[in-house]
Amino acid sequence: MAVKTATGAPAALPAGLAAPPAKQGFWAWLNKRLPVDEFISSQLTGYYAPKNFNIWYFFGSLALVVLALQLLSGIYLTMFYKPGELTSFDSVEYIMREVNFGWLIRYLHSTGASAFFVVVYLHMFRALLYGSYRAPRELLWLFGMLVYLALMAEAFMGYVLPWGNMSFWGAQVIVNLFGTIPGIGPGLVEWIRGDYGIADATLNRFFALHVALLPLALLLLVMLHLVALRQTGSNNPDGIEIKDKLGADGKPLDGIPFHPYYTVKDVVGIGVFAVLFALIVFFVPTLGGLFLEAPNFEPANPLSTPEHIAPVWYFTPYYAILRAVPDQRMGALLMLLSVVSFLFLPWLDHSPVKSMRYKGWMSRTWLALFAISFVALGYLGLQPAEGLYVVLARIFAVIYLAYFWLMPIYTKLEPVKPVPARVIYHAH
Amino acid sequence: MADHAVVAADDVDLSRRKFLTRATIATGAVGVAFAAVPFIESWNPSERARAQGAPTELDLSKIEPGQMATTVWRRSPIYVVRRTPDMVARIAGHDPELKDPTSRDSVQPAYAQNTLRSRTAEFLVLVGTCTHLGCLPKQRFEKGELYPSWPGGFFCPCHGSRFDLAGRVFNGSPASVNLRVPPYSYPNPRTLLVGADEKGAA
Repeated sequence: MAVKTATGAPAALPAGLAAPPAKQGFWAWLNKRLPVDEFISSQLTGYYAPKNFNIWYFFGSLALVVLALQLLSGIYLTMFYKPGELTSFDSVEYIMREVNFGWLIRYLHSTGASAFFVVVYLHMFRALLYGSYRAPRELLWLFGMLVYLALMAEAFMGYVLPWGNMSFWGAQVIVNLFGTIPGIGPGLVEWIRGDYGIADATLNRFFALHVALLPLALLLLVMLHLVALRQTGSNNPDGIEIKDKLGADGKPLDGIPFHPYYTVKDVVGIGVFAVLFALIVFFVPTLGGLFLEAPNFEPANPLSTPEHIAPVWYFTPYYAILRAVPDQRMGALLMLLSVVSFLFLPWLDHSPVKSMRYKGWMSRTWLALFAISFVALGYLGLQPAEGLYVVLARIFAVIYLAYFWLMPIYTKLEPVKPVPARVIYHAH
Repeated sequence: MADHAVVAADDVDLSRRKFLTRATIATGAVGVAFAAVPFIESWNPSERARAQGAPTELDLSKIEPGQMATTVWRRSPIYVVRRTPDMVARIAGHDPELKDPTSRDSVQPAYAQNTLRSRTAEFLVLVGTCTHLGCLPKQRFEKGELYPSWPGGFFCPCHGSRFDLAGRVFNGSPASVNLRVPPYSYPNPRTLLVGADEKGAA
């Protein structure tokens, strides 16, 4: 091998890191051309995270694992799937029955979609719990929310691709939401569909967006989310900035290197997650209609609406809000508001403390009410829109929105507990 | 490099440079806007989709009084109801319960903007997709079929919108406007042409 003799360690190591022993050979040759060592030390071994992370801090890395799984299984599905009014449904059946292990690849992808939302919702709840959206992490939060919005679009379009009857009618309902925009609505709907109804043209463009544009957008946004995280550092259950208390060596006293400490911890989380995931994939892939709905096992039929249209569980809280309003435009607007309210959180929370550990009883009660409302709306969105269900949906929708929009008031009114100078940490 | 920096600090007309930078950006933005046109335009219905959206005919003599036939125009189901005199009578008398009794805010050709929402009392022609979110309303033509005071009409199973026998929406429905009426005409007394009227094809 024509490798140049190494002249020493890479020059640009962050201050305070002991220079690794001078390396020879290929590794040195490589590092002169690609900053591998520098990247590992700045992003992993020299990146300090608070030492008091708890179980809520598993879900960020789990979301990355699910993203990787979706990309892998998704790429394999495109090798067998044929988008088109006449081919989509049959090619999905072909994958399920005749492609070797096609059923497994598809169930990994369909279960992965739901798993993605499970970990993202828990990841978001963690942020609500410990105030991870507060300054200086507003942009980190906004990038995370954009990931969530892109994920919703990705999941919706992916759901249309099998071209079952629920795919068709789900697309019909969601695309028609754009028709409620005053003035441009009807023209916009025609433009999105590319026809006078949900048709072959619609299916094909949703396929393009689902497999190319949105995954690229997701990857870019996830990268920005991680870069912003590297800039501010992680929040923690106490909501204390570990960068404020540095040791003599210039490193945070309450921080530990991400690698090996948190990589090892995250691997345990991935192990537990993989067990639960496999249980669903192999034993209950439809999860009783929650992950894959029964009406989607019959082909799309523009002349027959399923008796009861409900989206997959991760959209049902918003769907319940949409149906709770007896006016089309207001319903669509309130549904939009209930999604985008998250974006405003950094500026709605006026509490002097970040973490729920030190906030008062009002914040705690409102967060609990919000969590209950979200789950209850999720349940109601799966039920028919009649009688008591609609009344309950209205009540929970009001609580849901009040959690956000009353926040500037209750976070100022309540007494808070004193925040300790250092994070609370009990050695195991 | 250092020499260039010194020159820039001393002699360069910075306001001129700023103007040229902005003018270049503005020109580029116009170019981007023009370049976006074909990409945006490609999403509109293609020539083939437009051709397949041509007017469609229906033989009216095959519909019994009190029955509904469904045909397809522009990928939407078209409901054609042959109303009996009793059904026509049941359209009157509940105007206060309707959101838009005179069809002021609803979509229909001028000749269908009347109480019966049709050209003739006998035939009702509607686009059979709910004006809420596009599901197919089901026929509930019998008196009292949904509840004792129900005058007969359509019921959407998705979100519970209710319409009378002229396709007018009842209060308390998530739909805000009446069922749409497509443009239509009668080339001869027993034939219905959906999608074309005196003004030509839609």
